[in-house]
Amino acid sequence: MSLVSAADQAPPPAAVPPFAGLRIWFTMLAICLEERLVYRGDFIIGTLMRFLPIVTQVFLWTAVFNATSKADIAGYSRNDIVAYYLLTMVTRAFSSMPGLAGGIARSVRDGSVKKYLVQPVDYVGYLMAARIAHKLVYYLVAILPFAGVFYVCRSYFPPVPDAGTIAIYVLSLVLSFLLGFFMEATLGMLGFWFLEVSSIIFAYMLVQYLLSGHMFPIDMLADIPTGIAGVSAADVVRWLPFEYTAYFPAAVWLGKIQGATLARDLAIEAGWVVVMAVACRIAWWRGTRRYSAFGG
Amino acid sequence: MHNSNRGGPVDPDGAAVISVDSLAKEYRVYDKPEGLLASVTGLFHRTSRLVEALRGVNLSVGKGEFVALLGPNGAGKTTFLKLLSGIITPSRGTAHVLGHVPWERDDDFRRRFALVMGQRNQLWWDLPAAESFRLHKEIYRIDSARFERTRDELVDLLDVRRLMLQPVRELSLGERMKLELVAALLHEPEVLFLDEPTIGLDVVAQHTIHNFLKTVQAERRVTVVLTTHYMKDVAALCERVVVITHGSILHDGPLEEIVDRFTTHKIVTLDLDATPAPGQMERFGFPCEIRGPRVTLRIDRTRIADVLPEILRSESVRDFSVEDVPLEEIVAELFRAAPVPSVSHASVVEATA
Repeated sequence: MSLVSAADQAPPPAAVPPFAGLRIWFTMLAICLEERLVYRGDFIIGTLMRFLPIVTQVFLWTAVFNATSKADIAGYSRNDIVAYYLLTMVTRAFSSMPGLAGGIARSVRDGSVKKYLVQPVDYVGYLMAARIAHKLVYYLVAILPFAGVFYVCRSYFPPVPDAGTIAIYVLSLVLSFLLGFFMEATLGMLGFWFLEVSSIIFAYMLVQYLLSGHMFPIDMLADIPTGIAGVSAADVVRWLPFEYTAYFPAAVWLGKIQGATLARDLAIEAGWVVVMAVACRIAWWRGTRRYSAFGG
Repeated sequence: MHNSNRGGPVDPDGAAVISVDSLAKEYRVYDKPEGLLASVTGLFHRTSRLVEALRGVNLSVGKGEFVALLGPNGAGKTTFLKLLSGIITPSRGTAHVLGHVPWERDDDFRRRFALVMGQRNQLWWDLPAAESFRLHKEIYRIDSARFERTRDELVDLLDVRRLMLQPVRELSLGERMKLELVAALLHEPEVLFLDEPTIGLDVVAQHTIHNFLKTVQAERRVTVVLTTHYMKDVAALCERVVVITHGSILHDGPLEEIVDRFTTHKIVTLDLDATPAPGQMERFGFPCEIRGPRVTLRIDRTRIADVLPEILRSESVRDFSVEDVPLEEIVAELFRAAPVPSVSHASVVEATA
């Protein structure tokens, strides 16, 4: 039994093999997928539970429409509202990141983040691979219940939009995933500065819940003045990142946003993705510097 | 204080693999006085102090050396390893490992060393270790043939091949540690840092790991620095021992040198014919234990040649043995005797939070 002898020990290859980064990344993805599948039971229950709030929301709006004589509220008919909520569920399936921020903060607190300082691997890249794996397994489990609910509720939906709109819808969903990811990852990295970030995460969730369109369509804020002439609350929210994690893709599908406004809002969404991706990098870079200085 | 700065055997190129110059690390810690009132005032006004974990350490380690860092808890051993592996940045001083400044963390450097911390795992908890190995293959860009060969050799040496396919969470501590070591060595690091690798392991597992590390170190000329509390680790593995107390190097040299320098006594055990009368044995040395006719004496090393014949002459001795003071005791004595540095530098600073 002989180990590699010293003479045999070539220095590590200087040349980077092509697509080395991609290969690491796909291996991480595969391993994360396997890991997620260990907990498939937990996943199935979690997925099904997500359908409960939507049911209560549909009941609430049914009551609202029953109480009023109007056929629509802020441009939403009763059917539109149901369709809207189901569509925000789809967006949330892309943009919500359960456990991401808390997980990062925990890895800082318990020191497991050290691994990513010692190994030649990028933590943000790893988190991204893990999250995509997480999402893929989630879709695998959720596709059936989603399909069932959409089939049952098919009469609430307007006709399927044209291919161009569908393409933009898909793009806005992908961007909403990236936006949700980078926002929460940045939030988690505050763990480098604060011992406990759960209250910060809670505050973020609250604002997110209100301003993302999770609770009501954002265009309902169009009549709410801000005190500045000609600027409504909806105009302010449009420039914030939150509505792009729930409202925006749903509104695109329903044809609420079109033409130049659509292009502008898509640009705002993409802009926020870039801003948050950069913020995440900076937080990681400064955070690890602080961590290293403070004591690891 | 004996703060030696001598290098060990230097490798043929003449360059040390690890060279450390006046490396110092300070932490600011906040005092939290007891009581509710103090906790409330603490919200506005906190007192903090600088703790010097490492005070200007010099060290040079040559290729293929096996060095033990020894010291009581809080002496600065782990801080030292964290600095060398680039997890933390120093307050002052410099270090080079394989020609790199560790805390710059360039990938070139990170591909050439490994760190194993006793309680931290690099293995994925829910998956078989083989999966983690596969990930390491990609992270460290190991080519397939080499990866398989190295992995097979390592798992066979530790006899853990069959454990490779079992989820890590189902394994015992010792089994996990062995697989951690395999994971750490897959990319054939030139430098290996081990932080208490045998902590909490049974004697058999400790022994297996000792043999493994010895083989790996000898055959690959890996430079190894390990921290430990077990003298067994040191005795089995390390030619060179660096004793750290209060953030400074107290002693740096071969293990025998410590024994030589710090052993002032021998332990002599006598089996007498009868239980000695009280006070009868004191004239030979300090009686550590008298249990019936068996007497254990602590005798000054310089006097042993004179005293022993005298005992044999004047007492009726059936059997006797002369031993060194156990390594544990020598080291414990060494730690106790370490001079506590003056606190003038650890100034109390008041800070408002």
